[in-house]
Order: sequence, then C-alpha cells, then structure tokens
Amino acid sequence: MTKALILTVQDWWESQVERPNISEVHLTVGKFTCVEPAGLQFAFDAQTQHTFLAGAQLVIQETPLIAFCHQCQQEYRPEIGIQYACPTCQSPMDDIRSGRELKIDRIEYSDTHSETHSKIDHASNL
Amino acid sequence: MHQTFDAALGINLLHVNQEGADHNRAHFDRWGITCLNLMSSPGAGKTALLERSLPTLRQSFTIAIIEGDMTTELDADRLRQHDVPVIAINTGRACHLDSKMVAGGLHRLEHDYNPADFDLVLVENVGNLVCPAEFEVGEHAKVALLSVTEGEDKPLKYPVMFQAADCLLITKLDLVPYLDVDVDRIMANVRQMNARATIICVSAKTGEGIEEWHNWVRSQHQSTRTAQICHSAELQ
Repeated sequence: MTKALILTVQDWWESQVERPNISEVHLTVGKFTCVEPAGLQFAFDAQTQHTFLAGAQLVIQETPLIAFCHQCQQEYRPEIGIQYACPTCQSPMDDIRSGRELKIDRIEYSDTHSETHSKIDHASNL
Repeated sequence: MHQTFDAALGINLLHVNQEGADHNRAHFDRWGITCLNLMSSPGAGKTALLERSLPTLRQSFTIAIIEGDMTTELDADRLRQHDVPVIAINTGRACHLDSKMVAGGLHRLEHDYNPADFDLVLVENVGNLVCPAEFEVGEHAKVALLSVTEGEDKPLKYPVMFQAADCLLITKLDLVPYLDVDVDRIMANVRQMNARATIICVSAKTGEGIEEWHNWVRSQHQSTRTAQICHSAELQ
C-alpha cells in the first residue's frame, strides 16, 4: 500500500516542471479499509528516506464507517469488529456511505529555487 | 522564506492498481475467459479445493491457474499433477497479488498458449485475509474461503474481505464433529455485512458441497460469457 502511495505521488512530482520540495502529503483513509494509519505512517517514513519524499510529512485524516439502511431509511454507524447489521432492523450492512476512502487529497510543497520567483508565476503554474 | 503551495489531487491511492486490473479484465473479456480470484487465510484449503475440483471442472472447461505464493512453488507443483497450465507467481515479500503481477502471468499464458482457447482462469491469491481484498487483479468475481477451524468471529474481524466476496466457501466441513464450532453463526456473521454472496459449505475431503460449488462456477461463467458477448455485439 505504501508503495502504491509513493508511486502515485511520484507520478505527480515528475509531471511538475520544477520538481518541488514536497513538505506534506495529505490522505483520507476510511476506517473500513485494510489500511492501518500508524503502519502506513511508519512504512512511509522508512521507505521515503533518501528519496524525493525524504522529510515529507504524511498527514492522515480518518473517516468513520457510516452505512445507510434502506429498510429504515436512515444512516447508522456500524461498530467494526462487533456489529455491522442495522441496529434497528438487523438488515445486513449494504450501502456504505463513508469509510471506504483511500485518497490522496492534496500535496503541500515549497519552491526549490530562490525567493525571487513571484507567487504569481507559481500560481499560474498550478 | 520559502513560499508554500498546495496541489489538490483527489486521486485514489490504488489508482495505478485499479487501472491495471481493468486492463487485465479487458484482456479476459476479449479472450472469452472468466476469471475468479480465490482468497483466504493461509491453510484454509484453496489448493485442496482446486485439487478436488479440477478433475470435474476440466471436463467442461479449459482451465489455467495463476498461483500466487510468497516464495515456493509447492502449491503450483501440486496443481500441475492435474494437467492444467499453472503459472506460478512468487510475490517475494508482498502479501498479495497485484494487477501488475497478474498481467505478467497473462503475458506468460499468451506466450505459451492461445489464451482464446481458455474458458476459466482461477487465481489462487496469497494466503492473507487483509490486503488481497483491496487489490483487484482483473477478476470477474471474488471467492473467499473460510475454514471451520478458523473460528466464527473471522468475518467480523476481517470484514473488508467478507464484504467484498461474491461467493463464500466454508471449508473443511468434515471436521465439524470434532470442533466446538457453530457453522450457522459463521453464516450469520457473514450476512451482517454481505447480503448478496452465495454461501456454500464444502469438504474437499469428502466431496460434500463440491457439486454446488461447481454449479456456482458454471453459472458465473455463463453470466460472464453473456455479458462479454453482449458487450462485443454493442461494439460492432
């Protein structure tokens, strides 16, 4: 998973004319995925050493598991590991509205060159 | 002072894998192949199931196996006894097959055979209930196996796998008399998160439930073929 993340960020980085210094990578990770944020954090730090991402911070925002019960026409929060079916009518968890996200939201980066570059120049590059 | 900037991406982390999976599936569709991805924890009986099924399924289908294993070819060698092409993929330290590895396997199939001659490609994934659930390889359906010795709580503990499964095989049914296990409880736990999966109890040892599993494979192949034929007719 870490490899998949680094490859996707690398794709973006290589598409930039000025190969910027990446300072932060922001992710959204749902609770109903196979990704453990602490594990990803550790692997990211280890695997980015001496690469273009060295020193970059991984910021992970978790989203809760929320399902929608069509029988009851309402949302509920399944308790992972304990109860997934609708607590009211026991219908199986079917329509997951939140919790499956695995997304790179945004990248924060800084200019690699001198300060004489104006912000406007960069803004037009965006 | 350095100026900082922001780039909004909004890209799925598994974007690259997903593209590869779609690409593999397009190949399967062109060749008229149905691909099933078999997943379970280590030792749940994926290889034993295939050993039991191949003699029968081979009578109706031309089959190739893609065998994912971290290091050895022990499973691949077991299946080669059944006179089907077995493409072994050693994943090294990776605990799952990804779409790129399977694409490599398909290139080998293309090199050694005419892929259009095949009806079924059965992918035996690396034994692991976690990561394979997230990494599609281009399959048309996911088959999860859970053996009765693993405990009733496993669907609750590894929900992503059991939620994604199209077919769940509860294996090693012959061991139930020796265990303190409630098979109905396993099914109820799966049903908490998956209303649509076909659940079949099987024993590769005694053959119980195997015919029902084969019927599921046949109907899966039929519906995939129908979709493939309709799709290619639309394109023309």
